[in-house]
Amino acid sequence: MSNTNERYLLDVEKISIAFGGLKAVDDFSIKIKKNELYGLIGPNGAGKTTVFNLLTGVYHPDTGYIKLDGEDLTGKKTIEINNAGIARTFQNIRLFSNLSVADNVKAALHHKYSYSLLEGILHLGKYGKVEKETEERAYELLKVFELDQYAEYKASQLPYGKQRKLEIARALATDPKLLLLDEPAAGMNPQETKELMDTIRFVRDNFDMTILLIEHDMKLVSGICERLTVLNFGHMLCEGETKTVLNNPEVIKAYLGD
Amino acid sequence: MKTGSKTLRSNIITYGLVVVFYIVMQGLYMTDNLSSLMEGLMVPLCYYMILAVSLNLVVGISGELSLGHAGFMCVGAFSSAVFARLVDEKIPGMAEIIIAILIGAAFAAIFGFLIGIPVLRLKGDYLAIVTLAFGEIIKNLINAVYLGVDANGLHVSLKDTKSLNLLEDGDIIIKGAQGIGKLPRNATFTIGIILLLITLFIVINLVNSRQGRAIMSIRDNRIAAESIGLSVSKYKLTAFVISAALAGVAGVLYSHNLANLQATSKNFGYNQSIMILVFVVLGGIGNIRGSMIAAVILTILPEKLRFLNDYRMLIYAIVLIAMMILNSAPKVVAWRKVMAEKYFPHKGKINEPGEA
Repeated sequence: MSNTNERYLLDVEKISIAFGGLKAVDDFSIKIKKNELYGLIGPNGAGKTTVFNLLTGVYHPDTGYIKLDGEDLTGKKTIEINNAGIARTFQNIRLFSNLSVADNVKAALHHKYSYSLLEGILHLGKYGKVEKETEERAYELLKVFELDQYAEYKASQLPYGKQRKLEIARALATDPKLLLLDEPAAGMNPQETKELMDTIRFVRDNFDMTILLIEHDMKLVSGICERLTVLNFGHMLCEGETKTVLNNPEVIKAYLGD
Repeated sequence: MKTGSKTLRSNIITYGLVVVFYIVMQGLYMTDNLSSLMEGLMVPLCYYMILAVSLNLVVGISGELSLGHAGFMCVGAFSSAVFARLVDEKIPGMAEIIIAILIGAAFAAIFGFLIGIPVLRLKGDYLAIVTLAFGEIIKNLINAVYLGVDANGLHVSLKDTKSLNLLEDGDIIIKGAQGIGKLPRNATFTIGIILLLITLFIVINLVNSRQGRAIMSIRDNRIAAESIGLSVSKYKLTAFVISAALAGVAGVLYSHNLANLQATSKNFGYNQSIMILVFVVLGGIGNIRGSMIAAVILTILPEKLRFLNDYRMLIYAIVLIAMMILNSAPKVVAWRKVMAEKYFPHKGKINEPGEA
């Protein structure tokens, strides 16, 4: 591996995937530095979520490679990729809707706070101690997102904006190196979007997190992303500093037509 | 809304109900106030409740529709009955039944594991159909087995008793469709209740552990569960195997309550599996206490309705529908909440999935 690649936390080189005859993503590359806030934008159907699904092992790329912190994750399963340090949220919120808000986060702490099945069934051994630690850690995370007062509510009872926050909290609970946010501002009003921008910045600064997000809301993108990649019909249109990219005539053409 | 202390209280109520049920029934029995019909139902009530609670683990907590539960009960019943015949009163009754319970649970767990691996790759209706088929296969397979023992050890055949080639002093244990005879009949109501309490303890504790959270997370959203690193197949299988083992325990109770054990479609067929599912659905999917209550009502009711003769099943069906409406119609649920709030301020609450 060359030394230039070592600088990148996420190093994706020329991944492609085809569904039947349709090339959904073609020769997609992306390099993200540690602690960067990176945006992936593009018109509807450009293949953004497919890129996320490739990065998280839902699909496996036909060509190319995906490396996180030097570790090759190409072709690995979703669970292995999460263990390696990539966590995500979903475009259409996917919470554990019948579990309490606290249990949603606790479920994500599964691997970090562990005891055996026998201890779990008998409530003996490490059970008491580990459950207490799990509880403390879960509330710590919920507090960061101002969700601790709702901890005992069912996740489905939360208002929309808070559900989004809970999803981010749950993803962070797995202690990832890279956080993928799939349209975090979808369906939010301007006030909620503003709050979300603060939350995302906060997460980056306080959790020392590297974030890659998909977004349609240009205000959010131009407000917080440092660099962007634009995707159109599965191809990379351009990449670079946010301002430069957003003023690129090709990008404007892709979004607004001729 | 739910809180940790509420969950705890709800669990204590569940255990308490079982203990009260035990005291009342045992009291009535000791003072000779039970009809012979009810006396005969005492042990069956226990194994039906165990079956209902254990199936709730798969259907309610793990969220998979399984229709082969009677099959695992059958495995538990026959493995423990064979054991009972092999030891043949050489060890005391109490020790015999304890070991029999462990053997029944172990065999049912092994079957649950072997069947669970392929079956749990399926979802929804497909899983239901395949579990139904496996349940039938187990029953029919046991119907075809001949098993004997002599000085040389165990002999198995699928043809007839002659092809077992037993020595003179040999003993035939399973006689094909005629099943197993000469069983010890040493199951008691007390043992049944203890097993029910153990079952409740296992299921309720599991729900409140990290493994239980993983199982319920997978039920609620499989894709999200994988995205936070939870192994779907591992935890689905965990729930399935534990549930099968507990059904096996119910089977041990069943076989130790009879002199002759046969694998007929009446006791281990799909009708039985669906009956157990009815307990779970009427008691509330995921509601452990409710499924126990439903098991009691629906076991006693058909017996009590015998005087109606031909109209029995008609009335039974109407009761099922009425219970369903009372349990889940939104307006009735709302009304129940209002009533609970009125008479027990801040105490009344509808059980949520994942609580006992």
